[in-house]
Amino acid sequence: MLAEGMHGRPNSMADSTLDRSAKNAILALQDYALLIGRALANLLRRPLYLGEIFTQADSIGVGSIPIVLLTGFFTGGVLALQTASSLTQFGAAAITGQLVSFSMIKELGPVLTSLMVSGRNASGMASELGSMVVTEQIDAMRALGTDPLKKLVMPRIVSTVIMLFFLTILSDTVGTMGGGAVAVFMLGQDASQYFHSAYQSLVFSDIFQGLVKPVIFGFIISTIGCFYGMTTKGGTQGVGRSTTQAVVVSSVLIIASDFVISRLMIGIFGK
Amino acid sequence: MAEATEEKKKSWHEEHPDEPVIVFENVSLSSAGHTVLDDISFQLKGGETRILLGPAGVGKSVLLKLANGLIRPDSGTIKVFGEDLSTLAEQDLFRLRADIGMVFQEGALFDSLTVRDNVAYRLNEDHVSEEEVDRRVREALRFVELEDTIDKFPSQLSGGMRRRVSIARAIISSPQLLLYDSPTGGLDPITSTTIIELVIKQRDVSGTSALLVSHRLQDAFTLATHRFNKEASKMEKLPKGEVEASTTFLMLHNGKLIFDGSTMDLVHSEDPFIREYLA
Repeated sequence: MLAEGMHGRPNSMADSTLDRSAKNAILALQDYALLIGRALANLLRRPLYLGEIFTQADSIGVGSIPIVLLTGFFTGGVLALQTASSLTQFGAAAITGQLVSFSMIKELGPVLTSLMVSGRNASGMASELGSMVVTEQIDAMRALGTDPLKKLVMPRIVSTVIMLFFLTILSDTVGTMGGGAVAVFMLGQDASQYFHSAYQSLVFSDIFQGLVKPVIFGFIISTIGCFYGMTTKGGTQGVGRSTTQAVVVSSVLIIASDFVISRLMIGIFGK
Repeated sequence: MAEATEEKKKSWHEEHPDEPVIVFENVSLSSAGHTVLDDISFQLKGGETRILLGPAGVGKSVLLKLANGLIRPDSGTIKVFGEDLSTLAEQDLFRLRADIGMVFQEGALFDSLTVRDNVAYRLNEDHVSEEEVDRRVREALRFVELEDTIDKFPSQLSGGMRRRVSIARAIISSPQLLLYDSPTGGLDPITSTTIIELVIKQRDVSGTSALLVSHRLQDAFTLATHRFNKEASKMEKLPKGEVEASTTFLMLHNGKLIFDGSTMDLVHSEDPFIREYLA
């Protein structure tokens, strides 16, 4: 009886739940791919909505400058503090600048900037688009003959990818300077030595790796934010759910893809 | 551009005087394992106003969105202006919707745009000149008697005013078909009458074909028993016993179309559900 019970109905129920979950996951992936594909296909179609792209670039890029500057500066500072104390034990405090610039440009600059922008903008996109969905503004836009994927989604993707690239450069610069400020004013190191080692040790592969990442992370942030926004269901509660999911999923994907990109780059450049 | 559009609209009516504007043939739709619409078939002829009645949650708004191609059916055929919506790509639907105006349940105005920009939305997308936009926006707002709200934002308007702005936005491009989704839902009786008067005015002044969803019987019968007096510029009741012949009814119940006919047929229906609904 027990065996029958275990292998009969309960198992089939579990199977059906599993089936449903698997189908839902695949359907969500399909919807994501379709939404992004259609939004990007619009890049080549007129009208180009350049005004929308500039507005979003201002909101996403310029609006994120304060948090990116603060995060970059203090991350560089704490890196200098931590690495200098360890390096001093081996008499290698002179390469503090090299370690700070390496870490900032290859990893922390792109990842932390993306996480900050994700927290600020993936949530913003999901909540803004989600609110428009639940109040039928997206349907109204379609009824008025405008493709919301072109007018709302495509400009957000384009502007996030472009602006995150420049925000990361800003974060790398400010982070290296923050590390320099700590090294010089708190640890008493020589400024010339710090910036010389920070600059001289960098090679093409480091810069390339650090600049490829924000492009991919920007794509992740904007597409995930727009996807959860555009697929919002269930009124204001649904908007809240979409917002949370957009931040969580984009943050996890940023960190996971950072590992994959880093491994790939090490495979290509050997470092 | 507006002239060209108007010319195109005239030619469709002229070329297809007997062809229905909307045709639903055996349309079914399910959502999350639940049947929303089951084998729905009906037609909307040119110049006709059809009122879709039914209890809340029966699928009336869904049917309206199907008619505008905003959602697609699981099975069956929907033709609008002779074109099968299931064969049209989204880009072609945008072209078709240039001749369709839709008034959403809560207005669905863009909350970050002013009343002017909401009403002018379609014109701005078509890059119509500023002077032309201004003239037509004021004309549409005058029609709904809200010209003084032109620079306000939707959040500064009452529910009834938002619906009227939504009507102005729907009619600004002189569409051949209007879809009203519960335009009086949640409004007080006086405001509801104002909205219904606008629907009658649009019906009798422009002769636009319309599909109107409502769960308020009073509004539905006002539409069937009143006409718009152009000279007096107000709505007036038809003589006793007369009904507006171009205004007919549809009724949905449990996902099925249980009634399709005239006002008199509806009033004299023997169907127990309809009798109870009308009572």
